[in-house]
Amino acid sequence: MNAIEVHDLRKNFKEIPAVKGVSFQIPPGEIFGFLGPNGAGKTTTINILCTLLTPTAGTALVAGHDVVRERDQVRRKIGIVFQDRALDERLTAFDNMQLHAILYNVPARELPKRIDAALATVELLDRKKSLVRTFSGGMKRRLEIARGLLHTPEVLFLDEPTVGLDPQTRRAIWDYIQKLHQKRGLTIFMTTHYMEEAEVCHRIAIIDHGKIIALDTPANLKRLVGGDVVILKTSDDAQAAAEIQSRFHLPVSPNGQGLRLEVEGGEQFIPTLIRDLPTTITSISLHRPTLEDVFVKLTGRAIREEGPESMLRVGMRMWGRR
Amino acid sequence: MRNLRGIYVIWLRDVKRFWQDRVRVVVGIAQPALYLFVLGNGLGGSFSLAGTPAAQGGFVRFMYPGIIGMTVLFTATFSAISIVWDREFGFLKEVLVAPVSRSAIAIGKALGGATQATLQGAIILLLAPLAGVQITLLDVLILLPVMALVAFAMTSLGIAIAARMRSMESFQVVMNFFLMPMFFLSGAMFFTDRVPAWMKPLVSIDPLTYGVDALRGIVLGLNRFPLVQSVLILAGFATLALGLAVRSFQREG
Repeated sequence: MNAIEVHDLRKNFKEIPAVKGVSFQIPPGEIFGFLGPNGAGKTTTINILCTLLTPTAGTALVAGHDVVRERDQVRRKIGIVFQDRALDERLTAFDNMQLHAILYNVPARELPKRIDAALATVELLDRKKSLVRTFSGGMKRRLEIARGLLHTPEVLFLDEPTVGLDPQTRRAIWDYIQKLHQKRGLTIFMTTHYMEEAEVCHRIAIIDHGKIIALDTPANLKRLVGGDVVILKTSDDAQAAAEIQSRFHLPVSPNGQGLRLEVEGGEQFIPTLIRDLPTTITSISLHRPTLEDVFVKLTGRAIREEGPESMLRVGMRMWGRR
Repeated sequence: MRNLRGIYVIWLRDVKRFWQDRVRVVVGIAQPALYLFVLGNGLGGSFSLAGTPAAQGGFVRFMYPGIIGMTVLFTATFSAISIVWDREFGFLKEVLVAPVSRSAIAIGKALGGATQATLQGAIILLLAPLAGVQITLLDVLILLPVMALVAFAMTSLGIAIAARMRSMESFQVVMNFFLMPMFFLSGAMFFTDRVPAWMKPLVSIDPLTYGVDALRGIVLGLNRFPLVQSVLILAGFATLALGLAVRSFQREG
């Protein structure tokens, strides 16, 4: 049985479609990532899977239960870390954990032991009695992760778990998540728009405008990009592009900062390019394909470009809270 | 069973928060004391209670049960603000996604707010000797459940309103729109049988009138309605308000 099974899932807010027919299966124990720009439909999908939103059409099974018809069974088997914080900051770490444990019917006898163990995993045991409002952003996130695991869920949802945290804390959070995954073998469904973080996933679905445009392992996705990526700036980009196309028969695309081309064996290609290109090159860089490049390749734009979609997302979030 | 658990958790959270704020709770006695002694002595000096059953003991004594009612009313309704707060800061989502029904959340919230307001009201009982009022242990045992009933009814009303509000500001504005008339018409600060004819129906539809009357009856023996009648009216209003609260919560998420 798959941990998550989604068939042709759709969600409209009023008339505006946010998720336009999404399908995927996640086997148990997998770390599955939803990657896409803000407004792509990530949070909407996650909210449907954790029963906070009802889909307009399509079906979704989580831990074997239908998210619409068997809402309570689904809720008992999932843990969630929301994008926005969901802690009571005026209570202590222990209080927050205890309330959650009672809510999910953790046996009273096991409660203190389990809370201590969960807090120890995220290295917050010494802050058990502190008020949450005295915690840093990273500590609050860790506490939420510990809380989400308290009732031993089968599937853990992480919606942008590291958004708004500094790079060092982000790395620490990922270490915890990977450690937890190894220890418990639970299924993790996460969304992110940080490319580097998506690398930890076993498989990634790239989502854009409410549709999955690619779904594979990070390595396979990167193979979609033909070889290395070379980005160059020249004194006349238009002319340089024409020259590259006629001399090297390579497709060239402008990428905002300069020209972008994909080529096998970039190291050998660069000296040739500099020697043979009549237009003057002002700067040149080479890098291995990343998921960012995959996204650019598939959609023709960078993932972190904030467009009118981010406005749509604000609207959706307001809806989601109704 | 799972819903009882939900009710318990929501209630427990409010009680824990109340405990965290215990300093504020004690300092919270200052405002009612100000009303009671400054306003009470001021008003008492300006007009006479002669010829009324309250003549004995002065105006402060007469106002004292009204101040208990006021404290319960304000603490209860404003405890509901945490719903708006939670929405803004996300805790509501943690509860909404738990395997617990929406009605359980509303009922737990009503019980939590009612507990806070009853405890806050109980602290006002400490002012009794200063107001020249003698309260026996038996009085306290009757007072507490009546205060709890008023508190429960008023918290439910607060929740019914808060669940429809999206911001703190609008909650405060809407709440005051209901709260101030309820407080003024309840007779917390004056005799309701002496008001002009046009005010009489307003006084009698104000549920708090019966709360204040019951409290005044228990503390001073000066009630206009039998205690049982007041309690029944309050219980009826509490049921209605809780029904509204549950309904507005079921529209959530």
